Amino acid sequence: MTEWLERHVPKMVLAPSFVAVLIFVYGFIIWTGWVSLTRSKLMPKYEIKGFIQYDRLFASPRWDTAMDNLFIFGGLFIGISLILGLFLAILLDQKIRAEGALRTIYLYPMALSMIVTGTAWKWIMNPGLGIEATVRSWGFESFTFNWITDPNMAIYAVVIAAVWQASGFVMALFLAGLRSVDEEIIKAAQVDGIPTWRIYSAIIIPSMAPIFLSAFIVLAHLAIKSFDLVIALTGGGPGYATDLPATYMYAMAFSRGDIGQAASSAMVMMGVVFTIVVPYLYSELRAKHD
Amino acid sequence: MTDFTQSYTAPRRSFGQLALRWLLFALLGLFALFYLMPLFVMVTTSLKSLEEIRTGSLVALPRDVTFEAWSTAWSGTCTGVKCEGLRPYFWNSVLMTVPAVFLATLLGAVNGYVIAQWRFKGANLIFAMMLFGCFIPFQVVLLPMARSLGILGLAGSIPGLIFVHVIYGIGFTTLFFRNYYVTIPAELTKAAKVDGAGFFRIFWSIFLPLSLPIVVVTVIWQFTNIWNDFLFGVSFSQAGTQPVTVALNNIVNSTTGVKEYNVDMAAAIIAALPTLLVYVVAGKYFIRGLTAGSVKG
Repeated sequence: MTEWLERHVPKMVLAPSFVAVLIFVYGFIIWTGWVSLTRSKLMPKYEIKGFIQYDRLFASPRWDTAMDNLFIFGGLFIGISLILGLFLAILLDQKIRAEGALRTIYLYPMALSMIVTGTAWKWIMNPGLGIEATVRSWGFESFTFNWITDPNMAIYAVVIAAVWQASGFVMALFLAGLRSVDEEIIKAAQVDGIPTWRIYSAIIIPSMAPIFLSAFIVLAHLAIKSFDLVIALTGGGPGYATDLPATYMYAMAFSRGDIGQAASSAMVMMGVVFTIVVPYLYSELRAKHD
Repeated sequence: MTDFTQSYTAPRRSFGQLALRWLLFALLGLFALFYLMPLFVMVTTSLKSLEEIRTGSLVALPRDVTFEAWSTAWSGTCTGVKCEGLRPYFWNSVLMTVPAVFLATLLGAVNGYVIAQWRFKGANLIFAMMLFGCFIPFQVVLLPMARSLGILGLAGSIPGLIFVHVIYGIGFTTLFFRNYYVTIPAELTKAAKVDGAGFFRIFWSIFLPLSLPIVVVTVIWQFTNIWNDFLFGVSFSQAGTQPVTVALNNIVNSTTGVKEYNVDMAAAIIAALPTLLVYVVAGKYFIRGLTAGSVKG
């Protein structure tokens, strides 16, 4: 008996967490997937009716805007954060005396809640009292910076705040990558008289491909889940100009009482995450086992 | 050979190199300003009177420093109907975060220990399944979780929020500990087993004492995530049990009354202080958590 116990203790210790994940991750995904196939409104119904919710979703102009915004926001946010992060990492890698202090300054936004970030930038970009008013008071009377209230530009205001928050993190990832490049190779290249920019573009940056991938995955994941920032910065507005799939889902679930729409939009979000994360996780886990 | 020594005796930096060096510092300084500007604006705005905000400039230092906005934000400003400031919600966040961080870290440590050191058939699959749980968009679990919390009698309560944060935290905490314990040679466990030590004894006397760095990393990671969470907070709380992030958003986006920007900024800083403090004190571990959370496997 004790020997049996001894042998099975590890499994029993792991079991509660495993069961919890089974129910609260996989069970819940199945539940949401099921409900997305029903006519649920205020209360969930369990009678399957086919893909009507998805038809409604794809026919909805608001969802269209949300998906367009996701691609605009995601593309710009990921692209700019990667470029800026790499650029800052290379600058910081030039044996700077104040490196520690600068790194701390570049990275601190990552410790803030997106609600705090949104609150701060909402104030800064406030047309009446923020940057616009300040630059005008300097004598540039016609200066306008009203992105946050302009339906066509508001999503770019969200990009600015998001880049401010996450680019320092990308910098930290790249800086760690730069430091792990073999010093000997760089020294050999320097001795051969290869200019610094060539050393970066031909040796160092290509060797950091895995870090690009990790940073991309994390940023893409952040972009798809972005919810707090939009809520705090624009509330999805003006109108629903800055709606993202996450805010659409929330509105359907908790203010519109349209559970079927909420479930189907959540499943589409899940699909987008899957297509990005699953190949990555698979290759990572495979690489470890080989 | 002569060439070689000459390159060392030549002047260290040419004019061009010096100019480049200055450009480098100028760029680094500009970016530092970009990252610091919002914090600067938040702090200065929170110390100004409303009158000064309306007439003055965004980037100007306060003429008359006043802490009135801070005391209003802490104990007087209105979130919806109640006007008792951010204080009760700040404590809600403390009450929610501390137990959730403790439980998720504890479970992660034990899980990571099993997966890394007591491999059994299927352990890797279980690990992969838990890891996957870290990546789902939480929107996909919001609806069933809202119903389940209702069934469990935890709807709108702080214990309910603790429960949710622990459940969706164990994936990451398990990952952190598993990756740390994998680097500890299996011979250590084997030798201890030969000496007659059991599962818990080995964990308690060998692994736990070695775990301080990873415990710090995990606690900071969990603390930052849970304190800063908004989605679960806004979905699963009700009037009176909201965490500080939700209350902050209610204050800032309330449409009634005069907009008090100085109070908004003071409230935002109050909500941000705990995680900022952790970052300043233990930034090294914060970065380690971020990188561990992104470089998986």
